[in-house]
Amino acid sequence: MTTEPFDKQVASSIVASFDARPEMLIQILHGFLERFGWISEDAIRQLASELNLSRAEVHGVVSYYHDFRTEPPGKHIVKICAAEACQSMGSRAIEAHAAAKLGDRDVTVEPVYCLGNCACSPAIMVDGKTYGRVTSERFDEIVDGLGESG
Amino acid sequence: MATTKIYVPRETASVSVGAHDVAVEIARQAKERSVSIELVRNGSWGATWLEPLVEVLVDDKRIAYGNVEASDVAGLFDAGFLTGGEHGKRLGPINEIPYLIDQDRWTFWRCGLVEPLNMDDFLAHQGFKAFQKAVELGPQAVIDAVKDSGLRGRGGAGFPTGIKWQTVADAEGNQKYITCNADEGDSGTFSDRILMEGDPLGLLESMMIAGFAVGASKGYIYLRSEYPLTHRVLTKAIALARDTGWLGDDIDGSGFSFDIELHLGAGSYVCGEETAMLESLEGKQGIVRYKPPLPAIEGLFGKPTVVNNVVTLASVPNIINLGGEKYASYGVNRSKGTLAFQLAGNVNRGGLVEKGFGLTLRELIEDWGGGTASGRPVKAVQVGGPLGAYIPAEQLDTPLDYEAFIEIGAMIGHGGIVVFDDTANMAQMARFAMEFCAIESCGKCTPCRIGSTRGVEVIDRMVAGVDRDENYDLLVELCDTMEDASLCAMGGMTPFPVRSVLKYFAEDFASDVGVEA
Repeated sequence: MTTEPFDKQVASSIVASFDARPEMLIQILHGFLERFGWISEDAIRQLASELNLSRAEVHGVVSYYHDFRTEPPGKHIVKICAAEACQSMGSRAIEAHAAAKLGDRDVTVEPVYCLGNCACSPAIMVDGKTYGRVTSERFDEIVDGLGESG
Repeated sequence: MATTKIYVPRETASVSVGAHDVAVEIARQAKERSVSIELVRNGSWGATWLEPLVEVLVDDKRIAYGNVEASDVAGLFDAGFLTGGEHGKRLGPINEIPYLIDQDRWTFWRCGLVEPLNMDDFLAHQGFKAFQKAVELGPQAVIDAVKDSGLRGRGGAGFPTGIKWQTVADAEGNQKYITCNADEGDSGTFSDRILMEGDPLGLLESMMIAGFAVGASKGYIYLRSEYPLTHRVLTKAIALARDTGWLGDDIDGSGFSFDIELHLGAGSYVCGEETAMLESLEGKQGIVRYKPPLPAIEGLFGKPTVVNNVVTLASVPNIINLGGEKYASYGVNRSKGTLAFQLAGNVNRGGLVEKGFGLTLRELIEDWGGGTASGRPVKAVQVGGPLGAYIPAEQLDTPLDYEAFIEIGAMIGHGGIVVFDDTANMAQMARFAMEFCAIESCGKCTPCRIGSTRGVEVIDRMVAGVDRDENYDLLVELCDTMEDASLCAMGGMTPFPVRSVLKYFAEDFASDVGVEA
């Protein structure tokens, strides 16, 4: 995950790439997320002004959707599927294992409700990549492979 | 030496268990051994339990090798797999694998077979033939064919597609839209994803046909953000179609113009509900709208709009090519045609099975699925996602038919089948149903927003053994309220899994093993 600090000019160029259409707000927020890693108060302010929306409208959308984090994440993001199919294959044990394993590392761990990989349950997503048939051992291999930067 | 074609899927499930590493290792070994290969990244056939599934083209046959790991690759070369050599992982010709040949591949026939982003390959496999035929037939004949087919919405609601298209075609308006609901959020479902990754151009063709039939010049795909690989595939497919003139003005000299815009969702389950999806496509919070007006009359930006699931749309090209009656010859009763069932969770041979309606759950789980992955007895099966009932093992002989499922208080939904073995604690699953509703509720109506949180609390008290009978009655009453008074299926159907647990697995409330209270 390589992100950069919020920058007004970069933000403007992302908005412009969607022709500053207000109905593209969610797509623009994804663009921000990819670039900056999270949605800051400055970002919300700028979006409101450039899309001619109220700050309340932008804030409403940001806070509604799970994807739009409003705090900086850790160096890596581990999403653990907590939906039914993965539960049937022991995802709760993976969650517990992850909490113990990653407790003191700069990694954001969060639940996700279905990665669409339900024939390879349990599934996780690490920095945007989906992994299936995850066991505790495989989990360790994956996160240890992230290197010391994590 | 001639060049050998090797197929390694670029599809989420396959890649999630190492397909990229296998492809890289095959290329490396080939180079090292100075043999000439052409690596084709196809979609998945849907036999997910065999992934990564590698195929080698030998003469005219594609010889399959299953569950290939990168560490197997050197051994495969040594065993002569480039000429179909024997190896512990050799499965034989792909078109002789029973899991695949016993299916009715109407909608998914190109998945696995073709290279998804190769326009020549698509055209060589009937690509845009149905669109061209639709243009010849004219809009009303296309709608009539869809009506004749008996096709019903595969997203879950099962509404007749032809009637929906007719309504939009007949609606007044200078601008109409086709929206493709690719917000496949139900646990246990991945058929939309397999289709989009394996046959993206086929989906675009389906939307073009829909647009032509109802008079819409613009289409939207609403794709969930949990599918990043799908997003890359669709983005490229749309660009490819534009570059080759299959999207844009006056397509193929037909006089019909159509373009498609791809939108990403942002992690909200309720945005799979059609009106919430429309709100989200407009860049707003995904809050459910009141109906009426129906989206077919006042949909996206207030204009007449077709909202169809990926699989619904993708079933149409063959309905045009082969006729509505042919499609209707599959299935039973009012459940016509095929459905892509998805075997998931604790099942031995998970994957996609496209089959005419009417076979039983048991046939799917035992004959295709091979029972549980753990080898233990089946305790419960959840069909149709988080809002579907938990079906006990004694009801596995229920035929897969929309109405037969309604009769037992269950639903087929999007065809996802999640198997649980006898170690599952069903009280925990009932609690999860309420918890999930509390997390995902859009908040517009009270029964869903508040009821779900109260539901979690009541179940926690039952499990803790506090006034169990009283809380049982309270939970039933809460389910009544949510079912009767919620605005959409989120709150209205969350009671289904809860009630099914009360009815069939009540004893699990008395045991607190593994339940987080």
